[in-house]
Amino acid sequence: MQLRGRDVRCVRGGREVFSGLAFEVAGGEALAVTGRNGSGKTSLLRLIAGLLVSAGGSVALDGGDAELTLPEQAHYLGHRDALKPALSVSENLGFWRDFLGGEVTDASDCLAVVGLSHATHLPAAYLSAGQRRRLSLARLLAVRRPVWLLDEPTAALDVAGQAMFASLMRDHLGRGGLIVAATHGPLGVDARELRIGGAS
Amino acid sequence: MTALSALIRRDIRIALRIGGGALIGVLFFLTVVVLMPFAVGPDLALLARLGPAILWLGALLASLLTLDRLFMADHEDGSLDLVVMSRTPLELACAAKALAHWLAAGLPLIIATPVLGLLLNLDMVATAAVALTLLAGTPALTFTGMIGAALAVTLQRGGLLLAVLVLPLSIPVLIFGVAASQAAISGPTSFGAPFSILCALSLVSFVVGPFAAAASLRQGLD
Repeated sequence: MQLRGRDVRCVRGGREVFSGLAFEVAGGEALAVTGRNGSGKTSLLRLIAGLLVSAGGSVALDGGDAELTLPEQAHYLGHRDALKPALSVSENLGFWRDFLGGEVTDASDCLAVVGLSHATHLPAAYLSAGQRRRLSLARLLAVRRPVWLLDEPTAALDVAGQAMFASLMRDHLGRGGLIVAATHGPLGVDARELRIGGAS
Repeated sequence: MTALSALIRRDIRIALRIGGGALIGVLFFLTVVVLMPFAVGPDLALLARLGPAILWLGALLASLLTLDRLFMADHEDGSLDLVVMSRTPLELACAAKALAHWLAAGLPLIIATPVLGLLLNLDMVATAAVALTLLAGTPALTFTGMIGAALAVTLQRGGLLLAVLVLPLSIPVLIFGVAASQAAISGPTSFGAPFSILCALSLVSFVVGPFAAAASLRQGLD
C-alpha cells in the first residue's frame, strides 16, 4: 500500500497556501508534516481526507481496497473531536463504531486501552481536554482503517498519554497501516519529515 | 443500514436529552397557539375559522426554530467531516438526519395538536383533519428546510439566513395544508385534491431535499 501525492497545490480564500508538494508514504511508514503556523499542514491533511478540493496535482492510494475511495479508508483526527457533549463516553464511541462500520473491535476494550474504562457512563461534556482526545483516539482503534490522518494528535495528552499513543501508532504501523501526522513536537515513532513552506 | 440507524438513534437521543431541540419546538408551538385566543378575543366562531391556519403557522415556525441545529452542531464539533468521509452516501446520511429530526421535533407537534385544538374551539373532525394534514405536510417542511440548513452551515450566523431561505419554499406546503384542513371542516371543495397535492409536495421533498442538501454540503466543504 502506498499513499502518493504529486505536485499538490492548495488554494484557500484566493491565496495559494502551498504548491508543488510531493510525498510518498508506504504501508508501515509514518510521515510527519511540519512547518510554521499557517503553512498549510491542516490543509494538506484535509486535502488527503477529501475535505478540501485540491487546486492541482493528485493524491492517490495505491494497493488499498479498490472498491473504496481514499477518504473511506482513512481516519481523520482533527482539532475538533466530533464528540457530542450530551452523550456518554460509550455512546459517543458506540455511535462512531456503528456509523463508520467495516472491521470493528469491541468498544469497551478500546476504552480500556486509552484509559477511559472508569468513565464509560459519564457524559462527554464532563471530560477534560486530554480525556476528550483519548476518546477520539479510541475511535481510531474501534474501527480499522489503513490510513490515519492525524492533526496535532498529541496536543492535550499528558506524558503517559503520549507514550500510550506512541505504542498505538507502532501497532498500527506494524499491521501495515500508514500515518500522516501534522505535528510541531516529536511524534513518538520513527517518521520521515515533510516540511511545508521552507525553513522558518 | 446499521450506519443509518445508528445516525437516526444518535440524533433522536441528543434531541431528547436536556438541551436538545425536541422540547423547545413543542413549547414554542404551545406558546403561539395559547396566546392566539388572547390576541383574537373571545369570538368562538372566529377562532374556529382561524384555528387550522393558526395551528399550521405554529407548526411551521416551531419546525423552523429547531431546524438550524440540523447540520450546524455537527459542523461545529467536526462530526460532519467524518460523515462526509464515511462509506455511507452523504445523500442517505442527510435523509437519515432529516428523518430523525422529524421524529424528534415534528411528530410531537402532531401529537400536541388535539390538545391545542381544544383551545381554538375546533371540534373532533376539524382537529383530526388538521392533525392528518400536519402528518402529511410536516415532513415536507423538514426535508425542504434541510436544504436551507445545509446552505447555512458554512456561513456564520446561519440561523437568520435559514428563515429567509426556507420560508418561500414552505409557502406551498402551508397553502395546501390549510386548504385541505378548511375543506374538511367547511367545504365546499373536496378534501382529496389539496391533500393529494400536500402528499405530493412531501414526496418531492423526500427526493429533492437529500440530494440538494448533500450537494450544498459538499460545495461548502472547507
